[in-house]
Amino acid sequence: MTEEIIIAGFGGQGVLSMGQTLGYASMVEGKSVTWMPSYGPEMRGGTANCITILSDEEISSPIISVFDTGIILNQPSMDKFGPKVKKGGLIVYESTTILHASDRKDIEIYAIPAAEAANQMKNTKIANMILLGAYLERKPVVGIDSIIEALKKVLPERYHHLLELNRNALLKGQELIRSVSKN
Amino acid sequence: MEQDIRLMKGNEAMAEAAIQAGIDAYFGYPITPQSEVPEYLSREMPSRGGVFLQAESEVASINMVYGAAGAGARVMTSSSSPGYSLMQEGVSYIACAQLPCLLVNVNRGGPGLGTIQPSQGDYFQATKGGGHGDYRLIVLAPSSVQEMADFVFLGFELAEKYRTPVLMLSDGAIGQMMEKVVFNHKPLPKTEKPWATTGKKEGKHRSIITSLFIQPEVMEKVNIELNKKYAEISKNEVRLEEIHTEDAEYIIVAYGLSARISHKTVELARAKGIKAGLVRPITLYPYPYDRIGELANKAKKMMTMELNAGQMVEDVRLAVNGKIPVGHYGRLGGIIPSPEEVLENFEKFIKE
Repeated sequence: MTEEIIIAGFGGQGVLSMGQTLGYASMVEGKSVTWMPSYGPEMRGGTANCITILSDEEISSPIISVFDTGIILNQPSMDKFGPKVKKGGLIVYESTTILHASDRKDIEIYAIPAAEAANQMKNTKIANMILLGAYLERKPVVGIDSIIEALKKVLPERYHHLLELNRNALLKGQELIRSVSKN
Repeated sequence: MEQDIRLMKGNEAMAEAAIQAGIDAYFGYPITPQSEVPEYLSREMPSRGGVFLQAESEVASINMVYGAAGAGARVMTSSSSPGYSLMQEGVSYIACAQLPCLLVNVNRGGPGLGTIQPSQGDYFQATKGGGHGDYRLIVLAPSSVQEMADFVFLGFELAEKYRTPVLMLSDGAIGQMMEKVVFNHKPLPKTEKPWATTGKKEGKHRSIITSLFIQPEVMEKVNIELNKKYAEISKNEVRLEEIHTEDAEYIIVAYGLSARISHKTVELARAKGIKAGLVRPITLYPYPYDRIGELANKAKKMMTMELNAGQMVEDVRLAVNGKIPVGHYGRLGGIIPSPEEVLENFEKFIKE
């Protein structure tokens, strides 16, 4: 199994930490991981993205141009990375802010109103975990328990009271993607 | 025993390894894309031992390294291209004074202040001098986060064995990306440094650290001594990795990040029926001339892939010595090509 993922959105939406959490969870499960962030001028006010690769084998190039999955959080990233998902691939996107999704018919596209759902959960910062949950429901590359395990290691102890909220967000995402139809 | 496995950035892995390798001191000045190194060390060293000092400039940092190394400390600094350029005078002095230390350049795009994106434009500077005078550095080129950690240990081992500065030449991508890294390194015991300036006690000889030898006869002796050492290093310390070279007709030579990208290119080429292989020099000095020359007896063509306008390709040409055509593909300015883009140009080169 090798899964090549692009996660992209505005800085501050938790794009980089989604990739890191996913990476850490895969490592917990014994897989190889590379996580390659954009760190250029676009980080300062514009878009942020990270390429995350998970594999049962050793990973050669951390830089790739086409992806199995895109987790997309803003319109510019949809326009940029929509065409770069492999045929038969997957896009999970934040549909509260993205109005024009890719119109490709050769990939699966799921609209997840994550920001709205996060609002209802009274924590707007949790939208990224809702999207991650949705993605993992469609492609269970790592277990939800491994994600929580990863968060335990990544988050300082003073934030551990938020673990439950994160679990609920992941479960919310899983629930949402089951209720929306693709494309 | 549970293994110490972490998910870390290359820069952080290097900093953690430095502490585990027992550095006595780090002197540096922040610059993107390597600022995680001073950030990490400034946080960790106060409680885990050793001196962390943010100097007023790179010129000051390298001269503090010079002083501390002269006094026998295990010491390092790190920077990125423009900052590393500022250090060159000090590097030349340290090489002449024959002091062990670890230098790190997390290469970004240049010339000038350039860009903060990854580049391999400092190959010439790293391997052909950098500072003035007749000296060499051992140059290690990590291509993974694991090697960012491993080569700190290797770097100090070689530096102290040969009493010479060692340079780790990384790049912004390897520094910024996260991968799994295992910390299971053998501890590096402190080595005897009878030449260090630790104070002349009763019955102890005077140690003098200098790079000034004003009489030509004395200077020449120092030059000859240095070159004996470089010959010894060339004989013993060449390191490289080969992938699919057994039957390779077309070989890509690449180091660092480029080697990772080219590895995938080679896999893609093999899937299309092209007998492709990869040579990854791990030491850029000493360079694996002999092995590349040997491979040129069987291969039909070689191409370097570098994030520069063609620098290491000159060393490959020296190694191949006209036996087969040698080409180069690279992107500049901090642009990183995809494995597919490299393949397209590799195929073009094969058909030429």
